[in-house]
Amino acid sequence: MNDLLLIRYGELALKGKNRSDFENRLTENIREKLKPFPGVKVKKTFGRVLVELNGQRMEPVAQALTEVFGVVGVAPCKRVESDIDRIREAALELVREQNPRPRTFKVIAKRARKDFPLRSQEINHLVGSHILKRTEGLQVDVHDPELALRVEVRKEGTYLYGSDLPGPGGLPVGSSGRVMLMLSGGIDSPVAGYLTLKRGAALEAVHFHSYPFTSERARQKVEDLGRILTRYAGKIRLHVVPFTEIQTGIREHCPSSYMITIMRRFMVRISEELAQRNKALALVTGESLGQVASQTLESMKAINDVTRMPILRPLVGMDKQEIMEISRKIGTYETSILPYEDCCTVFQPKSPVTRPGVERSRELEARLDVDRLVSAAVEGTEWVELKPDKEETEFSFFD
Amino acid sequence: MVYLDNSATTKPDPEVVRVMTEVMEEIYGNPSSLHGLGGKAERLLKQARERLARLFGVSPRSLIFTSGGTESNNMAIKGVAFQHQGRGRHLITTRVEHSAVYNVCRQLENMGWEVTYLPVDEKGRVRPEDVEAAMREETVLVSVMHVNNEMGTVQPIPEIGRILKRYPKAFFHVDAVQSLGKREVRPREWGVDLMSFSGHKFHGPKGVGCLYIREGVTLSPLLVGGGQEEGFRSGTQNVPGIAGFVKAAVLAERKRKEAAPRLCRWKREMMEELTAELTGMRVNGDVTEEGGAPHILSLSFPGLKSEVIVHALEEEGVYVSSKSACSSKGEEPSRVLKAMGLDDETAIGSIRISMGLSTDHGEIRHAIEALKKVIPRLQNVIKGVSR
Repeated sequence: MNDLLLIRYGELALKGKNRSDFENRLTENIREKLKPFPGVKVKKTFGRVLVELNGQRMEPVAQALTEVFGVVGVAPCKRVESDIDRIREAALELVREQNPRPRTFKVIAKRARKDFPLRSQEINHLVGSHILKRTEGLQVDVHDPELALRVEVRKEGTYLYGSDLPGPGGLPVGSSGRVMLMLSGGIDSPVAGYLTLKRGAALEAVHFHSYPFTSERARQKVEDLGRILTRYAGKIRLHVVPFTEIQTGIREHCPSSYMITIMRRFMVRISEELAQRNKALALVTGESLGQVASQTLESMKAINDVTRMPILRPLVGMDKQEIMEISRKIGTYETSILPYEDCCTVFQPKSPVTRPGVERSRELEARLDVDRLVSAAVEGTEWVELKPDKEETEFSFFD
Repeated sequence: MVYLDNSATTKPDPEVVRVMTEVMEEIYGNPSSLHGLGGKAERLLKQARERLARLFGVSPRSLIFTSGGTESNNMAIKGVAFQHQGRGRHLITTRVEHSAVYNVCRQLENMGWEVTYLPVDEKGRVRPEDVEAAMREETVLVSVMHVNNEMGTVQPIPEIGRILKRYPKAFFHVDAVQSLGKREVRPREWGVDLMSFSGHKFHGPKGVGCLYIREGVTLSPLLVGGGQEEGFRSGTQNVPGIAGFVKAAVLAERKRKEAAPRLCRWKREMMEELTAELTGMRVNGDVTEEGGAPHILSLSFPGLKSEVIVHALEEEGVYVSSKSACSSKGEEPSRVLKAMGLDDETAIGSIRISMGLSTDHGEIRHAIEALKKVIPRLQNVIKGVSR
């Protein structure tokens, strides 16, 4: 008997080459995700993906799979020889492994291999009665069972599986091209990154670092956030832009009410340049509409003025509460709320302008040597490659 | 010297000493300080926590470092009791717990709580159905140890965890101080809410312990102050101690798979040879491979006094314990052994032999020969006196 995980995936509207691209990408992402589990094999069959555990514990593997976009459901599954005694044994074992124990069940057999001597109805009956006799407190309910035990008789063996754990849905990461996420260290931007990943975009991230106004810990925090996102993204390249000169320049030459607007305009220019150099097709920010004074439509317009690249704002339709909920679910919340100054808070003006004008922004900015500042920042940018589970490298004490 | 009192404490692994020395010399910053030195200590702490979390298959946030097993047990039981007393004031535990659980329960009783002390069978094991039968509407906590420190019997933690899934209002605490490096511990898979550990029981440092607190469980902290350890346990973290604890845990878990069968074999060797050679000896607890921890062997010699046996063995260079070291100063017969049905005389004549991960076969042979020599001699003396 083989223990497997059966993966369902969605987006059924996909057809033809799109569909096979989707499947290949998903299988590849699953393989990558399951690399830390030696022996595990990933196979694509009959419009589903099968994961052979080969001795690995099921729970952590299933848990890892719920972090792969494109996966709609993960069901513990057994494969046995297509022999009715084997099938009955495996079915009973599967029922006993269910946690919590179901109170009602039914068997749904499907005979893809027509030379199997029993018909589906007969399999249902034989398997169901075998389970009933040997399990206390379990009844058949054909209308609304707690456990629908599926038995699929196929040429290479019979597959048995019950209810599945929900996966995250979405599209496989990488199937929609690449984006550049502006990652600040707050609650919102990692969530924006997550939602973009969910729709299949591969992620690079850019962070603005103003040492000594922002500390090494703030930078560390952003790396940690990026690393949490790698659970869903695979690898993420994080670009860290030296931003001190620009921030102090704005502070010296521009009125404080326009500080944020002009700073954002610089950030977008730099991010666009980095996006182009790294073949990203759009920028992503964690802005939501009207959440803070600087996130008004006027402010967005003043900021968009410096780029022709699309800026995706996946949080635009969300309340703070909803954003925090996702942040908790994906595991970034606790890191996001660590209280270090970041580039957005350090020079926060007392009263930022809520309706900045495009023309006024341009005028004020003209006091600075924009092109030189931008290219110096881009040239001074360093990057690190963030990978899942590579956080324990600094000290070798525990190797 | 043959040291067979590893359930009392163990000799720190040289690797652990090395790590701690290096951390004390190099990484002495306060993890809460903002500057680079503090940052480095904080990162070390983070890495240590993550490493331990991976070992247990839990999230790093669910691990809180403490000063040892006693604090972890106090924090778990009183913390939950004080935080959730609005739900009721009833606890369930067993009659064979370590004093660091038992006396916490007694303390709560003095504060007006009701405590059910579950009986155990003759092997020292609690019956899961008894746990269920003792559950009440106002039960807030069930505390059952994993490996018993006096006779090694392993309690049916996963079974109890499954039962308690049906009682979501009651928390489940497990004292796993004797488990690490000897038996697998899987708090999450077993449905455990709180689990206690102590560093010096698995060749780590004294004065460092850990409490697993399942994410989402709230408890009232014993120590308040600067809000370290997520506010669960204030006080500047013992960074070298924690590094040593995690190093020891990693080593112990790595060695467990090959050490456990070896210890089992030696335990059987001791049991079989001594049973054949000595008269008036009783083996306590569950000594099967599944039902008992591999490193603990509890023997009773009714008529003799454990203290006398301990001293006589010491003369032969063998160090063992009269019941649990923490309680061995009292003259009282062991509450734990009595709970499994031993009479006073048998309980008073009980010693505990406990092996560690560095115990070798020569030491076991030495101990067997020493017992074969000492026990008949003492029995003769006692007989002579009573005649």
